[in-house]
Amino acid sequence: MKVALWGTRGSLPTPGLDTSAYGGNTSCVAVHGKRGTMLVLDAGTGIRGLGTTIDERVRRVDILLTHLHMDHIQGLGFFAPLYRPDLDVHVWGPASARLGLRTRLMRYLSPPLFPVRLSELPCALTLHEVPSGDMRIGEFHVEAGLVCHPGATVGYRITDSDGHVVTYLPDHEPALGAETFPFSEPEWTSGGMLAQGADLLIHDSQYSAPEYEARVGWGHSSLRHMLQFGALARAKHVVPFHHDPSHSDRELDRLMGEAMDEEKPRYEVTPGREGMVFEV
Amino acid sequence: MTSAKTIQMILARQLASCVAMPILLVDEVGTLIFYNEAAEELLQQRFEETGEIPADEWNRYVTVADEDRIPVPPDERPMRVALQTRRPVSRRMWSQHRGGPWRQLQVNALPLIGEADQLIGVMNIFWVVE
Repeated sequence: MKVALWGTRGSLPTPGLDTSAYGGNTSCVAVHGKRGTMLVLDAGTGIRGLGTTIDERVRRVDILLTHLHMDHIQGLGFFAPLYRPDLDVHVWGPASARLGLRTRLMRYLSPPLFPVRLSELPCALTLHEVPSGDMRIGEFHVEAGLVCHPGATVGYRITDSDGHVVTYLPDHEPALGAETFPFSEPEWTSGGMLAQGADLLIHDSQYSAPEYEARVGWGHSSLRHMLQFGALARAKHVVPFHHDPSHSDRELDRLMGEAMDEEKPRYEVTPGREGMVFEV
Repeated sequence: MTSAKTIQMILARQLASCVAMPILLVDEVGTLIFYNEAAEELLQQRFEETGEIPADEWNRYVTVADEDRIPVPPDERPMRVALQTRRPVSRRMWSQHRGGPWRQLQVNALPLIGEADQLIGVMNIFWVVE
């Protein structure tokens, strides 16, 4: 499968000359199967650009939302395929303990926050609440599991027909409250089983270690925790993702370098930059 | 390796690990999947040594009696009742573990209900009655 990064920034779109290398669009990743299945992971502002590339012959798109924080849904209303009457769009995402996915999405996709209501979208829209057991979407087997991040938030494990695995955990704080981290047992670590043995793990890396100490409980990982989590999960290739909006390209290069020197991971690490494409 | 744990159970274990009250976590079928340091004192064994313990096995370790010292069978113990009824149970009881001393406990069994009304397990919080 092919995995393309359309938005790698966390929290807030961050356009500008000093963020152009890693990119300023918020979370969005496209996963293309070799038999044509297309998954869109999150609908941050990166989804707008992705929408302009979708072929007119495509008849179905599946959007898998990890959660409904603004940086993961802000681009949804600007995803051009939503306005195609000939297209089936399936949106998968978590309900909260008391509100369904439709109600939660309508809070954004309705005036005054957005001029078009969810019910007015021309496409054939179907909503699915997760986690709800294993899912089959086209050629992919998809598992969703709740992970440690404020509010209902899931991570996704996507397996293709050849057994290749991509795990997507863009907003994730597995170290929260842990007596020691990394904990030795993946099954007792948030997201540990979703990421186990992943060929490609796209993971939250928002903070430096000192920044994390001041933001415990905010739902994100430090670069070092991300690298330690990758080792615990025995991931083969890790992509640091969801970069903090306050980090310029130069700072990200420095922070990544320091974390790599300290942790010395034994697996491949490629810091996520907008426009990158991975063959898995 | 044991099975994957839900995020609710992972967070419950983290909470249990940093409080002084004895806490036992059981999954939806009653397997004892974690107990904290304070509970290790009550059970007179260490979690690192036992790991997870199936329901029928760990019920044998524990002798439980009501306030009148009449034995309480496993199916009537708070944890089991909470699992079966999905309701919290609080009960004062006498308990003995592995031939150790009898202790009077206030047992509070709290069902953990997750998304889609799914029963995840029960958090059992004990207070030792002085």
